[in-house]
Amino acid sequence: MTDTPVGDAVETVESGTIRSHLNPPPSYDLADHPVPVGTEEVWRFTPLKRLRGLLDGEPSEARLTQENSVPAGIEVSHITAEQAREIGEVPPSERPAALAVSLAGGATLVDVPAEAEIDEPMVVDLSGDSVDTRVWGHTVYRIGNHAKVTVVVRHTGSATYCSTTSFLVGDGADVTILSLQDWADDAVHLGRDAIRVGRDAKVKHTSISFGGDLVRMHANVEYDGPGGEAELLGLYFADAGQHLEHRLFADHTAPRTKSRVTYKGALQGQGAHTVWIGNVLIRKVAEGIDTYEENRNLVLTEGCQADSVPNLEIETGDIEGAGHASATARFDDEQLFYLRSRGVSEKEAQRLVVHGFFNDLIRRVGIPSIEDRLLETVEAELARNVLKES
Amino acid sequence: MATLDIKDLHVTVDTEDGTKEILKGVDLTIKDGETHAIMGPNGSGKSTLAYSIAGHPKYTVTGGSVTLDGADVLEMSVDERARAGLFLAMQYPVEVPGVSVANFLRTAKTAIDGEAPKLRTWVKDVNGAMEKLSMDPSFSQRSVNEGFSGGEKKRHEIMQLELLDPKVAILDETDSGLDIDALKIVSEGVNRFKQNSDKGVLLITHYTRILRYITPDFVHVFVDGRMAEQGGPELAEELESTGYDKYVSAARA
Repeated sequence: MTDTPVGDAVETVESGTIRSHLNPPPSYDLADHPVPVGTEEVWRFTPLKRLRGLLDGEPSEARLTQENSVPAGIEVSHITAEQAREIGEVPPSERPAALAVSLAGGATLVDVPAEAEIDEPMVVDLSGDSVDTRVWGHTVYRIGNHAKVTVVVRHTGSATYCSTTSFLVGDGADVTILSLQDWADDAVHLGRDAIRVGRDAKVKHTSISFGGDLVRMHANVEYDGPGGEAELLGLYFADAGQHLEHRLFADHTAPRTKSRVTYKGALQGQGAHTVWIGNVLIRKVAEGIDTYEENRNLVLTEGCQADSVPNLEIETGDIEGAGHASATARFDDEQLFYLRSRGVSEKEAQRLVVHGFFNDLIRRVGIPSIEDRLLETVEAELARNVLKES
Repeated sequence: MATLDIKDLHVTVDTEDGTKEILKGVDLTIKDGETHAIMGPNGSGKSTLAYSIAGHPKYTVTGGSVTLDGADVLEMSVDERARAGLFLAMQYPVEVPGVSVANFLRTAKTAIDGEAPKLRTWVKDVNGAMEKLSMDPSFSQRSVNEGFSGGEKKRHEIMQLELLDPKVAILDETDSGLDIDALKIVSEGVNRFKQNSDKGVLLITHYTRILRYITPDFVHVFVDGRMAEQGGPELAEELESTGYDKYVSAARA
């Protein structure tokens, strides 16, 4: 392996080397990912000044405190960055991911053997206690053919953290992933989860962001063969001053693959800012694919900003389905009227509507043991601000 | 004891072409145990009357009064009106995704009564109401009105009527879009509500069909924002054969 952009390698399965206009080609070479100035398409929504220096850095041994609950059958080991590359991780396609790979001093490798069916979720608890140190994280999940596994990664506390994670999902595997960003108010997190979906494999990935000063998460999916399915879910709740950004990329690199993206967010308080970018690329080789992406934002107070940008690039004429929807709105007056006409107070009606808005998504996450906690967190967010009974 | 008293009610709505007066002086008194049917052509303002009483923000009351047992309804917020004993069964019930029927009903009942219903009797009441309206038990776990058929939406409205047990029920075209079986089931629900003493019903409809199942004490013909004619059940039969034409042309003259 060399540092050649691996975009070319991906595209050897097709004729020509068409690159997505919206997604820079992957590369390990930092020179290919210059420090952004803020006007770049992929950076224009992000307040760079609040990144606490995460766009540069030195090799560092600093780590977040980590507590793993690893069910029997799963092996966790440490490998070098070179080994991660040899294993065939999804290479970085932007500067923070490239930095994490080059500065983290090696990667954590999580191995789920082929045909292992593991009911109990693997839980990774990552926490920090200070924003003063830049921490780099590099992880590779290697999930064997026909394996079935659930992975929960929880982020709490204070940190300045840049992480890159690959999920290499074997043929016919069934994988459920949840990344929960429940940071303290001052945390900064740039994260990239990249998923390569094997032939006929099924992946559900959920990203949930509640806390943090600035959180910018990528969820990228590409396909290693036909028949793969990916469901990408997201939920975010931005309070005053918070910047929560979620960038999705479904790269249909194989025929008859499927992607479903549903992200829902709520905003409350002065300066709450959310960004959702939903990119879908249907490559020439990807005939008969089916994609749909959806983003809904509920603006609860004045002074918030929700940016929502779906992008669809299509390079083949033979598509099963392709669509997107984006809506950002305040409370629906008719919904509130209906509930209030049944005696429910205005605040209680608003609470019900927000609950319902998220409940819809939470019940699709597919990890029963965590659903109640998520609902409680939504409840706590609501109680915190506008929906307090006066 | 329940009396809904509407006096000289004037209501406007803001449209793209400016403010438009929809109700032009409505008088109506509904006393204990009375069922009033309001019939009229499309666009006559029947639904505006229903939504104005319930307090929909789209409508502005510019004159007149509405009282329930002497209390000023127009001074109350939407939810206060419901807690005072008014109920509006809507023609187009609104979807509330992610909120289960069970959760919604319990929240509404708690708000109306001022305390949470006793768990054991409440579950029994809900199941009983669903059974009487021929609704599948799985119904309570579905999201409010989401993906409901027209008939399911109306049965859900009547289920709320029976469980929340208001003083006065306003039914806005509850019969529209129902097949005959659903119409019978819904009518039976309204009749069960009526059987209780002290209940008033205001039945707004375009068609006489539902009046074969719910017998009104009074029938009002509503044209161009006011009452054009009042009578007993026989007036409905007359409308069945002659239609609204004579009232519409009289209003235009």
